[in-house]
Amino acid sequence: MSDVTSSKIPVTVLTGYLGAGKTTLLNRILSENHGKKYAVIVNEFGEIGIDNDLIIGADEEVFEMNNGCICCTVRGDLVRIMDGLMKRRGKFDAIIVETTGLADPAPVAQTFFVDEDVQKNARLDAVVTVADAKWLSDRLKDAPEAKNQIAFADVIVLNKTDLVSKPELAEVEARIRGINPYARLHRTERCQVALVDVLDRGAFDLDRILEIEPSFLEADDHDHHHHGHDHHHHDHDHGHGLKHYHDEDMQSLALRSDKPLDPSRFMPWLQNLVQTEGQKILRSKGILAFVDDDDRYVFQGVHMMLEGDHQRKWKEGEPRESRVVFIGRELPEEAIREGFARCIVQ
Amino acid sequence: MTEFTPEAGSPSIVSVTEKVRPVALGMAVTSVHFLADRAAFVGGEETVALVDAKGEISKVAVHGGGILSAASDGTRLVMGGDDGKVVALNAKSEVALLATDAKRRWIDAVALHPDGAFAWSAGKTAFVKSGKAEEKSIDVPSTVGGLAFAPKGLRLAIAHYNGATLWFPNMAATAEFLPWAGSHLAVTFSPDNKFLVTAMHEAALHGWRLADNRHMRMTGYPGRVRSMSWSAGGKFLATSGADTVIMWPFASKDGPMGKEPAMLAPLQARVSVVACHPRNDILAAGYSDGTILMVRLEDGAEILVRRNGTAPVAGLAWNAKGTLLAFADETGDAGLLEL
Repeated sequence: MSDVTSSKIPVTVLTGYLGAGKTTLLNRILSENHGKKYAVIVNEFGEIGIDNDLIIGADEEVFEMNNGCICCTVRGDLVRIMDGLMKRRGKFDAIIVETTGLADPAPVAQTFFVDEDVQKNARLDAVVTVADAKWLSDRLKDAPEAKNQIAFADVIVLNKTDLVSKPELAEVEARIRGINPYARLHRTERCQVALVDVLDRGAFDLDRILEIEPSFLEADDHDHHHHGHDHHHHDHDHGHGLKHYHDEDMQSLALRSDKPLDPSRFMPWLQNLVQTEGQKILRSKGILAFVDDDDRYVFQGVHMMLEGDHQRKWKEGEPRESRVVFIGRELPEEAIREGFARCIVQ
Repeated sequence: MTEFTPEAGSPSIVSVTEKVRPVALGMAVTSVHFLADRAAFVGGEETVALVDAKGEISKVAVHGGGILSAASDGTRLVMGGDDGKVVALNAKSEVALLATDAKRRWIDAVALHPDGAFAWSAGKTAFVKSGKAEEKSIDVPSTVGGLAFAPKGLRLAIAHYNGATLWFPNMAATAEFLPWAGSHLAVTFSPDNKFLVTAMHEAALHGWRLADNRHMRMTGYPGRVRSMSWSAGGKFLATSGADTVIMWPFASKDGPMGKEPAMLAPLQARVSVVACHPRNDILAAGYSDGTILMVRLEDGAEILVRRNGTAPVAGLAWNAKGTLLAFADETGDAGLLEL
């Protein structure tokens, strides 16, 4: 991690539908003996018994930026709170923003992209979505907010797994993967997840967009928490028999090319795509191999906002392959595939 | 573009850096004011440092946490904190608790009236306390971004999302709403009471001519405007936010409508604070690279007060007579200049 990144305060956005277990997870984070101090921005201020010095009530005031971009909404209260919190720098190590159960995570994330002062002092670490294993399948049918939260997530804590049968669990996981195959998924009871799996993820860090692969096979087993070591044996029962759901309005779309891309075609195409379809595209990420360029180019975006940079040299023997992922609703798949294909140098 | 090298003895600009009395405050500073003839440096949390012309420092504890807002009239400094308290400090270093928010919410904004009344805000509610009268409050549609008293009468401007509200706390009439889309933060009345100007979340100011509520859009800044200061007599509004001091003309009845602003003291750094002299047509400008310049409004002539190469300048203030300039950068490296 670069110095610039590490000097910024990491911010974790904690989201999830009503009753999924956000407060349980929050209390776990705060009470665990990790030696870190968190400033916590909550919504139902005073309603939850949280013992923390730096707890701030927020109002979820969302406003549109006057920059002609209709989906460019930010959380005004967050801008104000971040400004105030920065006067107490040194009193906390990280910030957790808890959203209400009905909130769209996009304005929170976008606040960290568009506000100059917020961007200077803090970095978005990850969007963590707590989901209720028993009720999520129903909510995905009747609550667009729940679907948004799953689609937006970098980490999904699938909670209350003790309340469902194995087939039910497989069903809800398949539904989640139908929307978002890229998030890390952890199955828990009472949000018993290792904190390293939810905090300091660097999900928005361009330097850490290492792999954009579906993480089906890496989902942790909830019985053991020795992370990073259990990925070699693929005998988990969720490796087979996993149903493939295609969510009707929220999908992910993966593009891939082992031939290099022409940056003079790709960049305008991507810009234009997020300008015209940005309302539908919730998240985007990519690792790109440009023609006559020895550096990997990485980008990520939230709706219409994009950021990208040359990341590092391609390694010796590393396949120079471009991969792009979009998660969104009613994505014009054919048009996106054709547009991407036109950027490939034949 | 005016350029000068930071090396000592550079002859390209008149310098008074030798005359500055350096003050090491040892605490982060967020704003600078004067209480009589002592400079008051408001810390990021808990403390105000009072410094006399000789450079003697005395620190006063004012809040049990972060200090979020401060306003001064030269005899009193009113502050709001994240401890939910509104506190006043006077020139004798006496601290008075003025109000406590019932829910211990953050006090986001404060304002002072020339007659001693004061205002503060927590969330969507603005409060006014005037003399011995009971405090009064008004709720606006969204969180208060900034507060300012009109120069005449007891009238409070409240900036919030999508506009500003003008409220006479002692009148039964409904408050007047001045709409303009976007998030409005700091707010200020022109000294002649004819114009209201807000600094927005986006890099722009917005203004209303109060006689007919005509809009004035003041745009083109590369960054958000965090500091606004009226020149002596109110002919100009000096602002931060660009790599020059942007001066909007307010002398005519139309204010800046259809006019270009004057641009003074360009540097290759962003202006972070401006403070106009209380009597003469000069101003002090602090920059993001630590530079401080005194600038004559008439011809833009510059005098170097502080060299670059430090943290951004956090605050600048003149005493009431205009004989002392106090400044500090964000890390508490401060100074006093006697003119």
